[in-house]
Amino acid sequence: MTDQAYNFAYLDEQTKRMIRRALLKALAIPGYQVPFASREMPMPYGWGTGGVQVTAACLTPDDRLKVIDQGADDTTNAVSIRRFFQRTAAVETTERTADATVIQTRHRIPEQPLAEGQVLVYQVPIPEPLRFLEPRENETRKMHELEEYGLMHVKLYEDIARHGEIATAYAYPVRVEGRYVMDPSPIPKFDNPKLAGNPAIQLFGAGREARIYALPPYSDVVSLDFEDHPFTASKADHACDLCGAGSSYLDEVITDDRGSRMFVCSDTDFCASRQAQGHRGRLSPQGATP
Amino acid sequence: MNAILTGGFAAPSTQSAHAFRALLEAMARPGRIFAVMGAEPPAPISVAAGVALLTLTDATTPLHLAGAADCEALRGWIGFHTGAPLVAADQAQFALGGWDALHPLSRFRIGEPSYPDRSATLIVELDRLEAQGARLTGPGIETEARLSLPETAAFRANRGLFPLGFDCILTCGARLAALPRSTIVEDA
Repeated sequence: MTDQAYNFAYLDEQTKRMIRRALLKALAIPGYQVPFASREMPMPYGWGTGGVQVTAACLTPDDRLKVIDQGADDTTNAVSIRRFFQRTAAVETTERTADATVIQTRHRIPEQPLAEGQVLVYQVPIPEPLRFLEPRENETRKMHELEEYGLMHVKLYEDIARHGEIATAYAYPVRVEGRYVMDPSPIPKFDNPKLAGNPAIQLFGAGREARIYALPPYSDVVSLDFEDHPFTASKADHACDLCGAGSSYLDEVITDDRGSRMFVCSDTDFCASRQAQGHRGRLSPQGATP
Repeated sequence: MNAILTGGFAAPSTQSAHAFRALLEAMARPGRIFAVMGAEPPAPISVAAGVALLTLTDATTPLHLAGAADCEALRGWIGFHTGAPLVAADQAQFALGGWDALHPLSRFRIGEPSYPDRSATLIVELDRLEAQGARLTGPGIETEARLSLPETAAFRANRGLFPLGFDCILTCGARLAALPRSTIVEDA
């Protein structure tokens, strides 16, 4: 049921227009962070206030919304945001990736490939990829203006010097359309290849930092690397213990205090669909692989 | 007088939501044409241009009216429905008019090197809008798109300014398409 005390999708119309104008400019300049007048939302910063504002500005009454947190539909953050929009926008919700028209995500891209007509909204904590290298906003803005991205390569090089490989495993920086270096939000670098050439519209909202950026469909997105240390999308070297999938991104779960552990798909919809199709993993309740 | 008061969205929150999704898809997929509805602006302005104005402009967005769009009826309609201040071209965040009326395009803001988003969005009224003609490539386009543009040279020059430049929403009747600055435009 819609709560009649709120405007459709919670935000007032003037706020939505402001966010919508920022979204259109963000699509016109792929990878560039557009400042916007981020609002206080009825949830704390760090819980997806940027993503929620972008979703609110994009939702129509006909949408089917999916919300995931680290790939899972059933965690606190995902459940509370889903209920927020059920209450304020009365939109249908779903856990199935293929059925959703708008997907708000925290730190994952669904395993199932997205299609045209879908919008993927990322929750972003720190939108500025150079922030940990240069704390001053006026300096990082100048660096983007001048395409001065040498510092980022130095950081990746220091990874190699110290660890023998690029140790950055999430929020791995990318170059968009040969111009802006962008933080893809803290998705695992396993998901980075899905940023490029994606048929869906990808929108990024950072509430506390008040920035919106975007990737139009089929964008050219390249993970930064070196010729002799090429980018690799890595994952835990296991198969899912519940559905047996060998190519999905896995969470490691400690199961007792004697060092036992299991690996399960981080994408709960992907894992559940595979189990429904009869796929079994090493620790499936039903036993061994059929 | 009555024409000024009517023709807005009857259900603003949901109608503008649908209209914005069309605009979002249009800006994300340059050259693709989308149908919109809900606005009935006074002549000579198209439904699609009216929808774009109602969805994107308000008292915080300076608007420039060019050529035939700069008429008493439309000024009143905009004043009543959006409250957008009407300004000269060089101060405009949005501009509305026919392609020829918008010239010279160098009047419009193209953003600043450190803030390329501070640029104008032109709502261009066209007599025809079809998926044929100039060849479009770039972000948002899988292989190529075709769109009946009034010319290509101005858009090529605009692309040359990237990441600066203006962005266009092209309107004709109840249909619209978009051409962001990132699109590479070539003759058919």
